[in-house]
Amino acid sequence: MQAVAAAELKQIFLNDIYAIPDGERINQCQQCGTCSSSCPTAARMDFSPREIIAALRAGLLDRVLESNTVWMCSSCYSCTVRCPAGIKFTDVMYELKRLGSRYGYINRKSTTAQMARVFVKTVDRTGRSNEGELMFRYFMATNPLKGLGKLGLSLKLLLKNRLPLRTHRIKQRESLKKMIAEAEKGA
Amino acid sequence: MIAPSKNTYTYYPGCSQSATNKAYDISCRNVARVLGIELLELDDWNCCGATAYTAIREHRSFVLSARNLALAEKQGRDLVTACAGCYLSLHKANKYFGEDPKLRGNIRRALQAGGEDYNGGIKVRHILDVLVNDLGEEVISQHVVRKFEGLKVAPYYGCQITRPFGDIDDPEFPDVMGRMMRWVGAVPVDFAMMTKCCGGMLMITQPEVGQELVGEILRQAKLSGADCISTACPLCQINLEAYQRKVSRQLAADCSIPVLYFTQLLGLALGLEPEQVALGDNLTPAEAILAARSE
Ligand code: SF4
Ligand code: SF4
Repeated sequence: MQAVAAAELKQIFLNDIYAIPDGERINQCQQCGTCSSSCPTAARMDFSPREIIAALRAGLLDRVLESNTVWMCSSCYSCTVRCPAGIKFTDVMYELKRLGSRYGYINRKSTTAQMARVFVKTVDRTGRSNEGELMFRYFMATNPLKGLGKLGLSLKLLLKNRLPLRTHRIKQRESLKKMIAEAEKGA
Repeated sequence: MIAPSKNTYTYYPGCSQSATNKAYDISCRNVARVLGIELLELDDWNCCGATAYTAIREHRSFVLSARNLALAEKQGRDLVTACAGCYLSLHKANKYFGEDPKLRGNIRRALQAGGEDYNGGIKVRHILDVLVNDLGEEVISQHVVRKFEGLKVAPYYGCQITRPFGDIDDPEFPDVMGRMMRWVGAVPVDFAMMTKCCGGMLMITQPEVGQELVGEILRQAKLSGADCISTACPLCQINLEAYQRKVSRQLAADCSIPVLYFTQLLGLALGLEPEQVALGDNLTPAEAILAARSE
């Protein structure tokens, strides 16, 4: 984890964005606000999708990443299908999530980020994911008491045999591990 | 390589459908069997990466999806899944693989490191697309033995079936599930929230946000006069069915409504028994649906 100045953050981000398909379209943003008005969670974000691009231009990405904004994005793709400039804003959000996690902007309060981390760990280990294990590890990592609040639902699911606690492991785990290691080099 | 036959597909169940939402998997496989479609499960498939993995590691999540594509390519058939999330992860990885030479190179190098490779030779399909567009009204209607005369269904598409690519149906006004519902005698209602997001994982990580989104979807479904909601995504299904009491209290409005997989409704119309579509797994009562099923 390395600290990085706000100006540098912008450059790193733009380089990453230019590397994804149609990434350079981010420069065509007209600040029309279609993304924000289409976004189901914009009201819960400190920076709406349109404001994120404005903040990027103003060199204020660090403020965006410090807030819980990007983790409010549910990857619903409403912004992406409606943007008149063809900006794949959902991919922009994904890139920001990764940027924040790379430079240490994830904390215990970033609950969705914690969930994503637990998810990655489970999949890297077994090749699969599993809601039961995921919930357990997520609540242990964030707020075990909140997990207790979910006991009612968990019990209902358990009774219906819908909550296995062990994750199935794929057979070719070694091969998958090598792929993941190699992907890390190319990233 | 096995010779591709018209009605044989490689099937990708996905993690969620192997456990918490196995009702979708069970109903899907049984529906396919009745309709004469062969779904051959992809051997040793792994997690598609889903939104959660992509948010942390993009290249790795593409590689996760690509491993499944590589395994499926050896079978030489289209890869079919019923999970909207898996569908989009696999489909998006496949699309970007085809469009972006640099990404393609990186993905192939990673696959080769693990002794696999992929050449971009297969298509990723959602089961709804296969049923409606490959089989179509004629075949499905022939197999319908009990119609849901007059049952009002709110078709709920959520996000990842039609967005962002819109290649199964219009991303803003899809009708593919509605059409199928008409084939089994049900009436799809006008449902303003049909493509609005349920919040996905936010229901667990930011419950206040998830509940607000789900609440509005349920409220609008009730207002539209629907007897039930039909879904094509395991995460949507559990989000919509598991928090109804909480959401009703919050909105001070009755938000209780059965939420079924479209494969459960279709399966019953095709003559499957409630157990064969795992109706007992649902948390919302489905008596109304069974009663509406005229013999
Ligand atoms: S919809 Fe597109 S052009 Fe309009 S503000 Fe959002 S990103 Fe910019
Ligand atoms: S993908 Fe994310 S940013 Fe875009 S509309 Fe959906 S929730 Fe909002």
